[in-house]
Amino acid sequence: MGRSTGMFESLKGGGAAIALDEIEISILRSLAVQMLELIGPGEPEPAEDADPLAALFAADGPTEPPSDPALARLFPDAYGSPDGAGDEGVDPVELKARAAEFRRYTENDLRTRKREDALALVRSLDALTPAADGAAVLELTGELPMRWLGGLNDLRLTLAARLDITEDDESATLFRLPDDDPRKPMVMAYLWLGGLQESLIETL
Amino acid sequence: MGRVSVAPIEIERTESAEETFAVPEPDVPWVTLVHNDPVNLMSYVAYVFQAYFGYSKDVAHKLMLDVHHKGRAVVSSGSREEMERDVQAMHGYGLWATLSQDRN
Repeated sequence: MGRSTGMFESLKGGGAAIALDEIEISILRSLAVQMLELIGPGEPEPAEDADPLAALFAADGPTEPPSDPALARLFPDAYGSPDGAGDEGVDPVELKARAAEFRRYTENDLRTRKREDALALVRSLDALTPAADGAAVLELTGELPMRWLGGLNDLRLTLAARLDITEDDESATLFRLPDDDPRKPMVMAYLWLGGLQESLIETL
Repeated sequence: MGRVSVAPIEIERTESAEETFAVPEPDVPWVTLVHNDPVNLMSYVAYVFQAYFGYSKDVAHKLMLDVHHKGRAVVSSGSREEMERDVQAMHGYGLWATLSQDRN
């Protein structure tokens, strides 16, 4: 991936740092912005004279899983094990009703968290002061390493959904794609993000 | 007298049988299941178990391996409300989790 295949390293006194070149900064920012677009805008702040009861109902989230596969992976059902394990003897209709109820009260909060993680990525990249060649050192302290960890993971989940990675060994197959395969750039980004995330975990 | 002494026993038996039947099912604990997926890094999954549940590195690592090799692992148990909280937290981290009642 470009000239510097930089990885996160521990900062003295806590936190993590990584050297990024211009292209890497641009790719990360672009992916994070796409993530924000995918998650969508948050609930608007209610007007001061808004009916508090109406505001309460407006805060209710959706009850159906998202139709987009990436969003469905980011916001999965809380009830209904994929292989039915643990749900023996439970009416599927009842499971669906429980999942809908859970989603109604949690999905908006979950979307907010994921939006804030992606926003943290964009903001810390925008705060960089690149050198003449466009490269910069990104330093993450405080809550930012955790925000980045979550944000990078969401990006990987989203790319994996777009690449239809459903089996454990598929990333190995994708790694060997010919250069002219249209999926190649996305696969490269996916694998690169995995390396970034792995190195960030090691600094925690 | 024989009848009189027998009757209460019969009543007692009936009552106790009815009671057993009428008593609501004891609180069966709920569990949080984390399911395997091909995307989340093994180190990340183990890290989340440490960071969120406060499990030791060894316990977190073993649970992560269970998820990876067995397809899923029970990572916590408790009331339904507590498990809903844990599942929501797992979803926040991007892990694939569900809750169910532990009938084992």
